[in-house]
Amino acid sequence: MPFFEAQRISIKFGGLAALNSVSFEVNRGEVFSIIGPNGAGKTTIFNCINRYYNLDEGGFIFKDMNISKVKPHVVADMGIARTFQNIELFKNMTVIENLLLSRHRHRRSNLFTESIFTKSVRKQEIESRKKSEEIIDFLDLQAYREQVVAGLPYGVQKTVELGRALAMEPELLLLDEPSSGMNMEEMEDLLFWITDIKEEFGITIIMVEHNMRLVKEISDRILALNFGQVITQDTPKVVLDHPEVMKAYLGEEGDFTKS
Amino acid sequence: MSFLSEILQTILSGIATGCIYGLVALGFVLIYKATEVVNFAQGEMMVLGAFLAYTFITFLDLPYWVALLLATASLGIFGMLLERVVLRSLIGEPVFSIVMLTIGLGIFIRSVVSMVPSWGTETHGFKTPFADKALRYGELFVSWEHLAIILLTVALIIIIFFFFRFTRIGVAMRATAQNQLAAVYMGISVNRVFSHTWTISAALGGFAGILLSPITFVHMNMGFIGLRALPAAMLGGFESIPGAIAGGIIIGVTESVAGVYLPAGWKDIAAYIILILVLIIRPEGLFGIQKKKKV
Amino acid sequence: MRFLMKRIYYEDIRLFKYRSTFSWYLALVIGCFLLPVLLDDYLISQFTFICIYAIAAVGLMFLTGYTGQISLGHSAFFAIGAYTCAIITTRGGHFMLALPAAGILAGLVGIIIGLPALRLSGLYLAIATMGFAFIVEEILIRWETLTHGSLGMMVEFPSIGSFAFNTENRFYYLTFILLILTIILARNILRSPTGRALIAIRDSEVAAQAIGISLPRYKTMAFAISAFFTGIAGSLYAHKLTFINPESFTIMVSVELLAMIIIGGLGSLHGAVYGAIFVIFLPQLIITTKDYMPSFLRDQTGLEPALYGLLIMLFILFEPMGIYGRWLKIKFYFEMFPLYKKDTFRRERKFYKAERR
Repeated sequence: MPFFEAQRISIKFGGLAALNSVSFEVNRGEVFSIIGPNGAGKTTIFNCINRYYNLDEGGFIFKDMNISKVKPHVVADMGIARTFQNIELFKNMTVIENLLLSRHRHRRSNLFTESIFTKSVRKQEIESRKKSEEIIDFLDLQAYREQVVAGLPYGVQKTVELGRALAMEPELLLLDEPSSGMNMEEMEDLLFWITDIKEEFGITIIMVEHNMRLVKEISDRILALNFGQVITQDTPKVVLDHPEVMKAYLGEEGDFTKS
Repeated sequence: MSFLSEILQTILSGIATGCIYGLVALGFVLIYKATEVVNFAQGEMMVLGAFLAYTFITFLDLPYWVALLLATASLGIFGMLLERVVLRSLIGEPVFSIVMLTIGLGIFIRSVVSMVPSWGTETHGFKTPFADKALRYGELFVSWEHLAIILLTVALIIIIFFFFRFTRIGVAMRATAQNQLAAVYMGISVNRVFSHTWTISAALGGFAGILLSPITFVHMNMGFIGLRALPAAMLGGFESIPGAIAGGIIIGVTESVAGVYLPAGWKDIAAYIILILVLIIRPEGLFGIQKKKKV
Repeated sequence: MRFLMKRIYYEDIRLFKYRSTFSWYLALVIGCFLLPVLLDDYLISQFTFICIYAIAAVGLMFLTGYTGQISLGHSAFFAIGAYTCAIITTRGGHFMLALPAAGILAGLVGIIIGLPALRLSGLYLAIATMGFAFIVEEILIRWETLTHGSLGMMVEFPSIGSFAFNTENRFYYLTFILLILTIILARNILRSPTGRALIAIRDSEVAAQAIGISLPRYKTMAFAISAFFTGIAGSLYAHKLTFINPESFTIMVSVELLAMIIIGGLGSLHGAVYGAIFVIFLPQLIITTKDYMPSFLRDQTGLEPALYGLLIMLFILFEPMGIYGRWLKIKFYFEMFPLYKKDTFRRERKFYKAERR
């Protein structure tokens, strides 16, 4: 069975079909990219996985479990982490606090043990901090550790967003346009990080991206969408040369000469 | 008196108080639509309007209608000053701060009213042209007080409807309520719109207070009734003007019926029980629109 | 500037950041223990009220300051705690049983209120909780068999065994110790996953859900914790006044508590205490300055609430971070001296409606 599977998912907003019977499969340990012009429905897929929207039809299967109807926080509990296009960090907290928060699903304490701060709670907190520091090391965020997120530059915030998702120790990572707003240097870093995430941590990645260079260098397989429907789903070489894909992004030949 | 006429009478007086709730609720909704703030001091606008009318009628011997217009206009100016001096500096601050500010403002106004020499903490009253007159229809006994409230409210709503539909200021207010940034780009002075919103809202509050005076008399705590208009505004979803009036009438009628047919005490909390019930069943109010943050 | 060199992880999570902080707090606690020696009964009584209100303010701070849910209904939890304790003790129950029972009952009501409140946010929640407060007030008046309605209830001094807290000093120590316990419990919760989850909910519900924080669970928990502490404070209040009736628990108590946490400083436990001190001492301040005021102001009963309302407004206009915020800014100024920049604490303004949610 594939690691993660979308089966004929459809969702409508008003009369507009944002997704129309979209199906795809993701294998464990690979980097799976979703590309398509704006409005194709890419972020909608993520929002459906995260259960912010309810699917009209179809479902998601993750590790043989149907996660189409669970509550939003359960999705995270099961090991699916996500970054957001418009950075959803906790702006009034420091970077380290944001990462510590992500460790939430690994906690073993409850309200009563916490209020008296037992030895086990203490151990758990120290463990959380250790893991968060590892992420900070990985992403080179040491300089920003104690700074409040709201004051950080945009590129750094995006990195913290990635760190927040990683701190969850997920099995599946959903990246929503990770390179938007980044400059060349940051993009190089991102390339290395995603490669490391895949190879060192063994995390499966689904990535929505516009930057074709990133997609070409990193993806194992690509899904191309347009107007909520699948154009094609294959290896980078095949997809990026596909005529329909080129038409979706660049238009048809002669489009600009028509009057 | 037969049951039918008794209940009709109860409903009618309920509609009358409901109209007042509706007017106050309208004031809430206007400010909320434009600035996302609830003005917890709206009840105190009622108090000020009523006291001003009382002063004009009793100490300056002005006729009722003149006092009504003058007091309403004064409240309008007061609202404008309030916005200019106090609220303008809070644009962009979190909603919670502004709400607490209006709560503080309400307390302040109420206490100051109690300190004004001839106002104080006693209850006052003044004569309206509708006092002691009533319509008889068979067994029905409809006091002109109630009827006047309903008619005046209807007149005001019609004026407001035309104002928002057809005047430049009205359209500007609606635009700002939807999207402040776009309104600015279109050349609408958002500051001016806020000013107008508070002016109208305060005037509405004052007007409602004057209408309420014959029923509850004029005293510094009559503003608490304004708090009961909050459930009315919420019933309407806080975004819809007809919803506010409808909500007010629903609450007014329910209170009236509860006052007559249920044991003591139910009347005072009827409004809130309805509110909580509606919110459980339909959190966005009866007429409201469900909103979700876009991610 | 002071730099903190942390060598082991424990140093990051312990209660006091610097060694010196602990010493200062210890000195403060010792000082408070010595107060009865220095002050007369009346002032000790005021300090007792401060402790009681501070416990309630900590409760409200959990819900509003840390989880971001506005509640105008805490007068109801206060009342439930007070009446529960009163009813249990007047029927022969032991105080040490009644006190936690009052807190737990208040907490349970908090859960019941929290459940429908899950679907509401911000403003709607504030108004719904306000409705809740009015309803509870009315129930207290009407349920005469239980609460004696408007006639009120007499409550005795609490006692543990044969030791009765029947002097001002003894009762003061009782409330002070309970305040310290409350603060320690609160701090522990706040530096653990639960506390962080609550703050996460305040800052971004969307991100919180994406991390695995169950909104229903934690919002309800916030209500429960908040109601628990406020209920405990209510019970102490009942025993302090020795006579309670529904008039002591109007919506103005809710407003007072909200004012306390705002004036004190939202989002900090210090704020709860500072706010309580401020609100309790305000009438004292007015009394002592009465002699300097013009004659027409002097005898007005409306003066205190007027100043109260005015102060709320002034704090929000000029110092939204409250007393604690001002203290932090002053400390920061001295720590950064002479490199302090004037606009360090400028608040970011949010104009788009969508951004404000």
